[in-house]
Amino acid sequence: MKKTPLYDNHLALNGKMIEFGGWLLPVEYTGILEEHRQVREAAGLFDVSHMGEILVRGRDAGAFLQELLTNDLSKAPDSKVIYSPMCYENGGVVDDLLVYKYADDHYLLVVNAANTDKDFAWIKDHLSGHVEAVNVSDAWAQLAIQGPNAEKILQEVTDFPLSGIRFYSFIPDVMVCGVQAMVSRTGYTGEDGFELYIPADKAPKVWESLLELGRALGLVPVGLGARDTLRFEAALPLYGHELSAEITPLEAGLGAFVKLDKDSFIGKDALLNQHNQGLKRRLAGFEMVGRGIPRSGYDIADNGSRIGFVTSGSYSPSLGKNLGLAMMDSRYCQPGTEFDVIIRNKAVRAKVIEIPFYRKKYRK
Amino acid sequence: MKVLDGLKYSREHEWIRVEGNKAYVGITDYAQHSLGEIVFVELPEMDACLEAGDVLGVVESVKAASDVYAPVAGRVVEVNESLVDDPAGLNRDPYENWIAVLEITDDTSLDELMDASEYEAYCAGEE
Repeated sequence: MKKTPLYDNHLALNGKMIEFGGWLLPVEYTGILEEHRQVREAAGLFDVSHMGEILVRGRDAGAFLQELLTNDLSKAPDSKVIYSPMCYENGGVVDDLLVYKYADDHYLLVVNAANTDKDFAWIKDHLSGHVEAVNVSDAWAQLAIQGPNAEKILQEVTDFPLSGIRFYSFIPDVMVCGVQAMVSRTGYTGEDGFELYIPADKAPKVWESLLELGRALGLVPVGLGARDTLRFEAALPLYGHELSAEITPLEAGLGAFVKLDKDSFIGKDALLNQHNQGLKRRLAGFEMVGRGIPRSGYDIADNGSRIGFVTSGSYSPSLGKNLGLAMMDSRYCQPGTEFDVIIRNKAVRAKVIEIPFYRKKYRK
Repeated sequence: MKVLDGLKYSREHEWIRVEGNKAYVGITDYAQHSLGEIVFVELPEMDACLEAGDVLGVVESVKAASDVYAPVAGRVVEVNESLVDDPAGLNRDPYENWIAVLEITDDTSLDELMDASEYEAYCAGEE
């Protein structure tokens, strides 16, 4: 089991440690509901050092990534962050990731922790031209500061004018708490906020300073539990749930990140074919009408026949309702359509509603 | 962790308080603490006849659902409806907020339950 550079900090803060993707991380400190609320109303600090980082460099790096990923990087300026699925030939998803473009010949891919080794092997297997890929995950710690007060708090520990960093862009060398960091305006909560990439050995210093200086503005440490409920309300996909080798990005509602007009990319034929034939199933959001909490893996049925399955489900702290995301027969995906969720062998009524469940207006 | 004298405890972290032929059943402080904030409770049907070890109800935290088992055989004669609107009552006071009352039909399983000091030692071993 791996520990992040902040393991001792989590223990000192009374974090309830669990295993996640091969890592020991806090699921909560004071409680998921309270931490969730704090991020929506003030700010939260997350240790996301378990995320993998893969450096892709060389003269042909841009062309290689164009072939590897479904999104189009060709028009991206330097200092831009691009979200993209990475697919198999059959259209299933290897992983979903962020691409940080430093320059035409220099990129950093940020991938899901549990997929890092698989992704790195996949990338190495497909390298072509003048490109090298290096797994630099161990060198980096990653912190996320999220919530309406995130900018104000982070501004207290840096001279760099953060208001100039636009949504999904980054600055490679910002001094934060006296430590050189890469800072992007990104996140996984549905709130404004930043992600900081810092050398692993400097992580405790930045973590401690931020928590101390941010306290007056409501900054609290937040565990994986609230990270999941926050991303769930914003309907941001989680690999292994909304995305997998068996689910295509089109089915998951990520068509905006699949550029079928690109010349070529891995999975294009399968995805173009699926697009042309129309989706037989797709992701939809729903709320429970009857009593019960939907959970990942529960069946969805209509009149006793199975029409899909729950990919993620939870009590929603912000909305006070029991909500779910499901991969369902496309004919049932219109808002207002009712169906059954099978909870412990009982059929419980639910109905389709619009996603995201929670949408905040913040600067982009 | 709070453990009350005079109650019996199961390995699945239920408590039971026997009064005559009735048994109050709930989850322990240890259980509520390891579950985290409880956001949903499913109560048993009134008059359901349960064997010891049958599922009596379900408590769900934000993260997961956990079954609650009947520590003794009995018929459900009362359920704590207040938990439907206030599931967090199980976090605040797990020993005050019983889940259901059973009319005991067979008390043989009671002998297998732990007393307070045995349960305390059992929980220490789970850590």
